[in-house]
Amino acid sequence: MKNYTGLMVFAEQREGRVHPVSYELLGKGREIADKLGAGLSSVLLGNQMGEEARELIYYGADKVFLYDHPTFKDFDLLNYKHNIVKLVREVKPETFLLGATHLGRSLGPRIAVALATGLTADCTGLGVDEKGSLIQIRPAFSGNIFAHIKTKTRPQMATVRYKVMQSKGRDVGRRGEIIRKEAELVPSLLTIVKKEKSGEVNIAEADVIISGGRGLKKAEDFCILSDLAELLGGAVGASRPLVDDRWIGREHQVGFSGNTVKPKIYVACGISGSSQHLAGMRTSDVIIAINSDPSAPIFKVADYGIVGDLYEVVPKLINGIKRKRS
Amino acid sequence: MRIIVPIKQVPDMSQVKFDTEKGVVGRTSAGAEINPFDLYALEAAVQIKDKLGGTVTAISMGPRQAESALRDALARGADSAVLLVDKAFAGADTLATSYTLASAIRKRGEFDLIICGEKTVDGDTGQVGPEIAEHLGIPHVAYVLKLEEVGGKLVVVCDMEGEYYLVESGFPVLITVTKDVNTPRLPTFRDKSNARKAKVELWGAEELSSIADKGRFGVRGSPTRVHKVIIPTEEGRKGRVFRNTADEAIEEIVDALDEWGTIKGIK
Repeated sequence: MKNYTGLMVFAEQREGRVHPVSYELLGKGREIADKLGAGLSSVLLGNQMGEEARELIYYGADKVFLYDHPTFKDFDLLNYKHNIVKLVREVKPETFLLGATHLGRSLGPRIAVALATGLTADCTGLGVDEKGSLIQIRPAFSGNIFAHIKTKTRPQMATVRYKVMQSKGRDVGRRGEIIRKEAELVPSLLTIVKKEKSGEVNIAEADVIISGGRGLKKAEDFCILSDLAELLGGAVGASRPLVDDRWIGREHQVGFSGNTVKPKIYVACGISGSSQHLAGMRTSDVIIAINSDPSAPIFKVADYGIVGDLYEVVPKLINGIKRKRS
Repeated sequence: MRIIVPIKQVPDMSQVKFDTEKGVVGRTSAGAEINPFDLYALEAAVQIKDKLGGTVTAISMGPRQAESALRDALARGADSAVLLVDKAFAGADTLATSYTLASAIRKRGEFDLIICGEKTVDGDTGQVGPEIAEHLGIPHVAYVLKLEEVGGKLVVVCDMEGEYYLVESGFPVLITVTKDVNTPRLPTFRDKSNARKAKVELWGAEELSSIADKGRFGVRGSPTRVHKVIIPTEEGRKGRVFRNTADEAIEEIVDALDEWGTIKGIK
């Protein structure tokens, strides 16, 4: 265990661009590395990724291990795993972090088992204890509890949720080393035959989200919310019951088991605010809640709460905005 | 097609009590049920079996009571069920759980396909499926929302957040399925009554000892430890709640939106 030092961040790329969660992890990783007086490295696999490797340094990495090979252009599970496991055995980072994206949550467990180490899923907080061991904080029981977890093996591995950590920002003055690594290829066994955009706004990226809950009487009434969303250049969200009833697609779901969102403005319409929903949106900059039940928990997290019928309030809000605009 | 479906018995989440003061989760107050995500895995397995023939084996690790979850799986179309029950398995994290399940799958013999639910509602890690695949040295595809066997290959569509990938694989392979994959059937009264009489095999650590390292089971084989559990109280914002003054509220909100530049569409 003593031979392990520093932190390593898996830099996820899609279509040749680094996923922003990787920059957030570098931000948090930098903070922990500085506290421990240790180094921060990153591993990037892709095809012709030299430019993006430099970005990882601008965002806080001291070293970037770059695997540039056509095989890594898209997510090749077994080749990603094989090369990362080999690198971790060689570099021996004390901590290894991945974004808790679908890709990270698919890849992380394979690496952890191959290294016979612990992996903590979907963390929302990271810290270090007095001995320098990683404290991994994660919600469980649908967001009703937060567990503090430590790992006795090395590396300590965790996947970390998107949009909970802060990136340190891009600093082109930062210097670091890009180390090109030779790819060692194994049979892929899986073939990506086709990729298709799912055609939906990625709600986790939206600056404004207008969400509907059980206060909506029928699926068609989402159009009231989409009118407001369109007006403000935002996306439409939903609480879990409506998604489970198939009123709207799962990609719109906000909450612990759906998307965690952190928009500038979140408007909750007819959403009571279960802990599972609050876990997915409580860190929004401004929360506006509209609900006919004055005791709805959503009002406790709202900056503006309106007790009233969403069918009256939302159209009035739309008119108010239109009036202001003209 | 020989299909394995790992399942977990979980508390009914709507019944679990959370004691904020003591930081205790009252699982006993809640009835136990089959993890809702696993129902989709089971349904996917039974649909393939109905089409191609074969067997579906449900397998679970847990206390003796978990037998009822396996009987539920039998009622929903599984042909056989194995419960891994032993004090030596207790206190397992995902690494030890996946190792134990993978050992049992290996002991069970040859298989073609393993189907897992996306995650469980209590642990919520989604790690056990991919970890089983790594222990067994087979590929896996996670977040699958469509699957089909075509000419000796498995073709699946998986959700990669913003994109769907169409992925092709040979056998054996493991997949984890989302709730979009199907609509699970409800067992009939007769299915349930037959399942009550069916046999659930019970295996302990001894049964797995010929192929597994007992030191990797349960708490001994678990590198992660929960050190503290915090049940958060709603901290709340110092927001304003407008009760009978919606118009006033709207005016204020519109002014605020204007100030932030949202109305002018500066976004």
